[in-house]
Parts: sequence; C-alpha cells; structure tokens
Amino acid sequence: MIQAFEWEKPILELEAKITELRQFVDSAEMDFSKEINTLERRVEKLRKEIYEKLTPFQRVMMARHPKRPTTLDYIDLLFDDFVEFHGDRFYRDDGAIVGGIALFEGQPVTVIGPQKGRDTKENIARNFGLPHPEGYRKALRLMKQAEKFGRPIITLIDVVGAYPGIAAEERGQGLVIAECIEEMSFLRTPILAIITGEGGSGGALALGVGDRILMLEHAWYSVISPEMCANILWRDSSRAAEAAELLRLTPTDLLKFGIIDDVITEPLGGAHRDHALTGQQMRAFMRRYLAIINKTPLDQLVEQRLARFRKIGQFAEKQLAEM
Amino acid sequence: MLNVFRSKPKYATVKQHERVEKKDFPDNLWTRCDCCGKMIYNKELEKDGFLCVHCGHHFRLCASQRLAKLVEGHDFQPFPPLIAADPLTFPGYPERIKLAQEQTGLDDAIIIGKACVRDSPCVLGIIDFSFIGGSMGSVVGEQLVRGFEYALEHRLPVVIFSGGGGGARMHEGIFSLMQMAKTAQAVGRHSRAGLLYISVLTHPTMGGIYASFASLGDIILAEPGALIGFAGPRIVEETTRQKLPPGFQTAEFALAHGMIDDIVPRNQMVDYVGRLLKWHR
Repeated sequence: MIQAFEWEKPILELEAKITELRQFVDSAEMDFSKEINTLERRVEKLRKEIYEKLTPFQRVMMARHPKRPTTLDYIDLLFDDFVEFHGDRFYRDDGAIVGGIALFEGQPVTVIGPQKGRDTKENIARNFGLPHPEGYRKALRLMKQAEKFGRPIITLIDVVGAYPGIAAEERGQGLVIAECIEEMSFLRTPILAIITGEGGSGGALALGVGDRILMLEHAWYSVISPEMCANILWRDSSRAAEAAELLRLTPTDLLKFGIIDDVITEPLGGAHRDHALTGQQMRAFMRRYLAIINKTPLDQLVEQRLARFRKIGQFAEKQLAEM
Repeated sequence: MLNVFRSKPKYATVKQHERVEKKDFPDNLWTRCDCCGKMIYNKELEKDGFLCVHCGHHFRLCASQRLAKLVEGHDFQPFPPLIAADPLTFPGYPERIKLAQEQTGLDDAIIIGKACVRDSPCVLGIIDFSFIGGSMGSVVGEQLVRGFEYALEHRLPVVIFSGGGGGARMHEGIFSLMQMAKTAQAVGRHSRAGLLYISVLTHPTMGGIYASFASLGDIILAEPGALIGFAGPRIVEETTRQKLPPGFQTAEFALAHGMIDDIVPRNQMVDYVGRLLKWHR
C-alpha cells in the first residue's frame, strides 16, 4: 500500500475492509453485496468530505508525496520517444534538472523540468531535486535550442527551490536564475509551463515564464516555502501549516489572482494514487493550450507573454490612496 | 529570503545590521566604527559618504543620503509615489508598511526618478534597506518597471542601487515573486533597445532582488564588503552543514568568482558612474 497521510487513514481503512470482504466473498461463495455497497457508499462520502476540504498545507504535503509522479514519470506518461540531453556545455550535467526532445502527440517539443529522486539513491544523485546553476544553464541552453528550431517548450515544474549551497553561490545561482527568467521572457517559441508539484520561489520561476501557466490541483506556488515563512514569522518552521494558509499558495488562490490559467484536476486522493489517470487529465489540458499557443503568431505571442507579467502587482497611486 | 537579514548569523558582515537602527547618527560628535572599533569624528564621517576614515568600512546609507551623494545638488524628479496594497491580506502587513513609512518617511523601499549624475541625464533608482529590509513587493517592482519604461521612451540609461535588497517581500507572496519576472522583462526591453543599465550592488543584495533585475546590468558594480548572493548565509550553512569560507558572499567573493565587473568604494562612486554614463552618451 502507498504511504498514507494521517488525515486519509479512515478512507484507506475502509478501502482495505472492502477489499477484504470481497476476497472473503470470492472464497466463501456468500452474498455480501449489500454490505459491500453500503461500505462503498460510505467510503465515497468520506473521500468527498476529506479530499474536498484539504487545507493548504495538506495540499503542500500531497505535492511532496514520495510516490507522486516526478518529471521523468510525466515524460513517460505524456510523451513518446524522449531523448534526454545532458550538460550545460560549461561545467557539468546537473541531474536535478532533466531535459530533452520528445514527441507530444506527434509534435516534437522540448521538455524540461527539475527532477526529484524516486528513492534515496536517486535522490542523492539528483541532489534531492535542488538544482545548481549549471542545471539552469542547461535548461536555458535547451530552451534556446528549441527557439532556434521552432519547437514549443513544455516545462514541468516541481522544485522546492534552487540549491542554497556554497558551490551554487560561487557559480552564480542568483545570476543564472535572473538570466533564465529574462531570456525565457523573450523566446520566440511557444512556452507551456506546468507546475506539477512544488513551485518554490525563484528556482521555480526560472522555468515558469510561460505563455500559458497551468497547475495541478495539489501543487503549490509561492515566493517562499511554508517552512521558511514560518521560520521568519515565528522562528518556528513547525508552524508551516499556519504559514501555508497565509501565503495563498494553492491553485485555487492563484487562479483567482490571475497568476495561472487553469487547474488540472487530479484523481481523487492525489496524483500518486493513479499515475496513468493523472497523465490522461494532463494530456487533455496540454493539448488544448498547446493548440492555442502553437497557432499564435510569434510576435504576438511574445508581446502577450510580456503583457501578462507586466500587469501583475497590487498597489495604489498615492494621491488616490490619500483622498 | 528576507529572513537572512533579520536574524544574526555568525557572519562578519552581518554585524552591520545593528547599524540600521542608528543610521541617523545622533547629535554626538563621534561614532565608533563597528568594523575597526576606532572613533570617527562625525563631520568627517559625513563628508566622506559615511566611510570609516580609518578602515574604509562602509556604513549603511539610507536612500536619501545616497541620492544626495549622487546628484550633488542637481535636480531629481521622482516618479509619482505608489502605496503598497495587501493582496494576500497578510496579518500585520498593513501595520508593518505604516510603521516603515513613519520611520523612514518613504512610501516604499525605493526612490526612483529622473536624475542628472555628473551632467548625464539618467533614470536613477535607490533601494532603501530600512524599509522592510529593502524587499521587493508590487510597489518596488512597478516603480522599477516604470523607471525602465520611462528610460526606454526617452532613450536614457538606468542606474539602480540595489542598496539593501532583502529579496522578494514575503508578505505579498506570489505577487512579489512575479515582480522578479516583471522587472527582468523591463530590463530586457530596455537592453534590447541598445540602452545602458548600470546595476550597483550595495549591502545587502540578496534573494529575489539579486536573482532578477540586479543581476541583469550591462555593468555590475558593488560597494566593498557588500553581501551579495542568492540564498542567505544562514540558510546555506544550515542546508549544507559546512563551514562557510571566509568572505563568503561578499563583493570581493563575487568579484573573484566572476559575477561582477568591479568594486567601487563609495567616495569614488559618483566619479565612476558619471564617467561610465558619459562614455555611453
């Protein structure tokens, strides 16, 4: 059984009971269909009650579930014939960001995203999905390659932040993020950005300047992680749940704010419970939005991309504010 | 990102923080340098742009002090002021803004407008650390963008002193993060029109400010000893559990690692920037 959260234990217990009863029916040739039906209705109700009322921090935890699909899983689910390209042509290949060319429904696209490990060994190799500057340089290299050959770019974003390390600072972490953001903004090719899990600050935005920005239902996106926010506010990162409420980091909030364009529904209980179904839901959204941006003339596309970010921000003119 | 400056990591440059509160240098005649400990006659301190006459240590300047040093009595026309909103209804944020406004006399963490530096017209922006750590929310982002747009329209160079970039302002959440994209794009448009942007990094330039407009200058300068970096030293230390190398994330470190063009002491800044502006006219 997959790892369960405390709040969904009642559901999983009931589900286990139903499975057990079914097995018993099969072996004992007795009719328990009425009981099973009742239990199923109960579990359905319970699922609705629990999953539709997830708190922001429960969503953050869903986004971090160890069995949640990673970027390479999504690439497997959604694309054909992926070839991975490595390295920034400069320093080294950063495993915390993967990228390359693949076919999306027959069309060659460049696909890029931060990659978390699926087990401890992979996590160590991939620095727990925390990219170094060379990772972002690789991403930028691949994005420019896509522009040159007129391929759309799809970024799949799941990163808690760019790596805060000594070597990362020595090699210009801040600088390269700025470069990524700036260059991506002016690329003359369609860009679809999807926040699949964690959208942590500059490390996420560095891949997030898209013509359309989508988000999975249990993903989060903010300027700071709830833990760090709690640390600043109360010097206590264990109060992350409270901070998550304050940061308004859920797709529902971000859609309302006009930061993202759409929310991709996940299977009930989260993407980790059904990778294939998650892929199917994503595919439909991707097809729809790619079709729109593929059709838009490039000049217009870049103008619209810039205009989109230009208008973000809330403030008042002083004269008006003081009247 | 902001947190770095509010705590006191075990880090040499961070000692300067205590100075923020007493930036006005009260009426007494002498100030003790936090760096070398020697006493400096206040008039001398002021004359030199708040540099220690003994060790060259750079005291923190507020935006208006810095502005005076740069425009040298010439005209400065600030852009219309903007006031922060509270898009997330973040507890305590409106009060924090109000307090910062009262304490600093600023509307937000930036002053920006049309200026003349050594006879060269430009758009000049200065970020003030004493306003919520010099962090970038919607107002700072919008003002910077308006500055670059004005400069683009009038074909002017831009000079920004990221003096005290506490990074993105947490209280505005995703809106602050998006200012990174917005300002980077404004720089990009200005740059693509062939215009000059000089970014001067002063203590401290970190996080979302460093990872957006401040890193995108055609020429990037820094004041001696300024803290410059993406992640704060405390975060780096906690994450890596490594001892930080001496001078980590200082201007000198950034210069040695190829991240900035030059380090310019404050008392040479006007000459230096003025000359660059003249050469690009």
